[in-house]
Amino acid sequence: MTTPRVAAHAARDDVLIALRGVSKGYRRGGQTIPVLTDISFDIRRAEFLALMGPSGSGKSTLLNLIAGLDSADRGSIKVSGEDITRLSESDLADWRAANVGFIFQFYNLMPVLTALENVELPLTLKHLGRRDRRDRAHLALELVGLGDRVRHLPSELSGGQQQRVAIARAIVTDPMLLVADEPTGDLDRQSAEDALAIMQRLNREMGKTIVMVTHDRRAAEHAGAIMHLEKGELSQRVELAHG
Amino acid sequence: MSQWLKLVARNALRHRLRTSLTVAGLVVAILSFGVLQTIVGAWYAGVDAAVPSRLITRNALSFTLPLPITYENRIRAVDGVKRVSYMNWFGGIYKEPKNFFPQFAIEPASYLDLHPEIYMPAAVRKDFLADRRAAIVGRKLANRYGFKPGDVVQLRGTIFPGDWDFVIAGIFDGRGKTDTSQFFFRWDYLDETLRQRSPTQAGLVGFFIVDAGDLNHVAQVSQAIDALFRNSLAETLTETERAFQIGFVKQTEAILVSIRIVSFVVIAIILAVMANTMAMTARERLSEYATLKALGFSPGYVARLILGESLVIALAGGAVAIALTPPAAARIGEMTDTLFPSLIVSANTVGMQALAAFGVGLLASLLPMRRAASVRIVDGLRAVG
Repeated sequence: MTTPRVAAHAARDDVLIALRGVSKGYRRGGQTIPVLTDISFDIRRAEFLALMGPSGSGKSTLLNLIAGLDSADRGSIKVSGEDITRLSESDLADWRAANVGFIFQFYNLMPVLTALENVELPLTLKHLGRRDRRDRAHLALELVGLGDRVRHLPSELSGGQQQRVAIARAIVTDPMLLVADEPTGDLDRQSAEDALAIMQRLNREMGKTIVMVTHDRRAAEHAGAIMHLEKGELSQRVELAHG
Repeated sequence: MSQWLKLVARNALRHRLRTSLTVAGLVVAILSFGVLQTIVGAWYAGVDAAVPSRLITRNALSFTLPLPITYENRIRAVDGVKRVSYMNWFGGIYKEPKNFFPQFAIEPASYLDLHPEIYMPAAVRKDFLADRRAAIVGRKLANRYGFKPGDVVQLRGTIFPGDWDFVIAGIFDGRGKTDTSQFFFRWDYLDETLRQRSPTQAGLVGFFIVDAGDLNHVAQVSQAIDALFRNSLAETLTETERAFQIGFVKQTEAILVSIRIVSFVVIAIILAVMANTMAMTARERLSEYATLKALGFSPGYVARLILGESLVIALAGGAVAIALTPPAAARIGEMTDTLFPSLIVSANTVGMQALAAFGVGLLASLLPMRRAASVRIVDGLRAVG
């Protein structure tokens, strides 16, 4: 188990996310099937962590718990000192809007909105004027190299471009945490490299904490550390030299 | 435009064929609803056009049985009675039985005085009063058969034997819901001819029309008239013109109830179609709704997206249907000739159509809203559109 090592390795002030004794199971036909069992580990601020593991190992479930998309059966998940397992649905929604940016495998853009409008979407939850929202969305799209595609609908963009729009949407609210679930799973190699390079820049230059689930070792090697999940338990943590 | 409105509008137009077909279905349903309600309303046109101070005195046994003309003077003598007129239903055939229109033999001067809603140029009235064979026709009837002043129109009697020739003195118009598909001729012409052809039918009238003047005296006058003829060979029943018209409508109440039921069934069917469309739409977009919730949008926001889209589609269909109802009713009026005297789409019908469209939009979205709002984000994200 890596937990004791992690606890020692992360200085307390440096910890952004602290999971303690987290368990999660799913009910199937009257039985509870455990997916995560007593997981405890820390994620440092500005860390780029890749979660790897075979299908069904619980890595996406773990990511969902960290992002506040799902609730744990047991244990606590503290993000920046706040235990998100104690938040109500409504407070959790507000918390996600303020603190988390999402990057999904299939981009999950609104097909009826342009690239700019998609990126602007999370900003409508903030008390910002229209021009301010537009400026920020433009900036985010510039940052991912899509300043010239603002008026395109998702269907008019390639997979790689759509994923970059999704990254722009994830960062436009300047969240402290980015979660990415198989962000390169639907991309060709070049597009995957581009998306990962952007995520690396966000981590290194803007200090974004990123937790990425992937089964692709090549993608995971862009992270600063890799953790493996096996049958609901963390098996090892590997620090990568470039991280 | 707010982001919500933008999403609602664009989502509504996302599957253009599906939306178009749904809107078309709504148009047909709400148009049918409006037309059927208008037909029911037309049935009550006589009731709506009734004047409160006018009373109708008829045979107490049945309105198909006549009353002696001699009753006129006795009715006129009743305290509170201002004016009296009388009329007979003629029921003749113009060329062919299918050419139905209402024909009445009236006492011309008193009848027109008692019915100011029927109006015509003074010269027409003068001609009508001057010639015993004269007749006046309503504008709608004149348009239907091309009747012009001076034309000789022959009706074949069904109740009163023989062929009857009339000279058209002119055309009358009507205020409000007045039926202008009627044909009026002079009672004295009927009576004098019957004295020669069928003496037993002479000297009889179908109804007396009584002007009670003061509304407060209506009940008192009607009771006094009926009391006057109690225990006579032809007892009378006197009621307000409105009650008399309702009595007519009541005879066809089963038809009216059926039409009303059909009009609501049509709405129920389109509600089911619309609900299915919205359920399908919401199911396809479950992952989008989950994404919105993941980004921090509330379940209420997601529910309002579905509600908005459902209302946009339903109200679009409703608006088109409401716009098409008056021309459709007019066309049906033409096709059914003089069967419906006034197929006018009332404000009440328009209101009911709008309400039906709103109701369909609202109800159709309830279950999809509930599902989209309550679905767990992780389940929604896994959903395949």
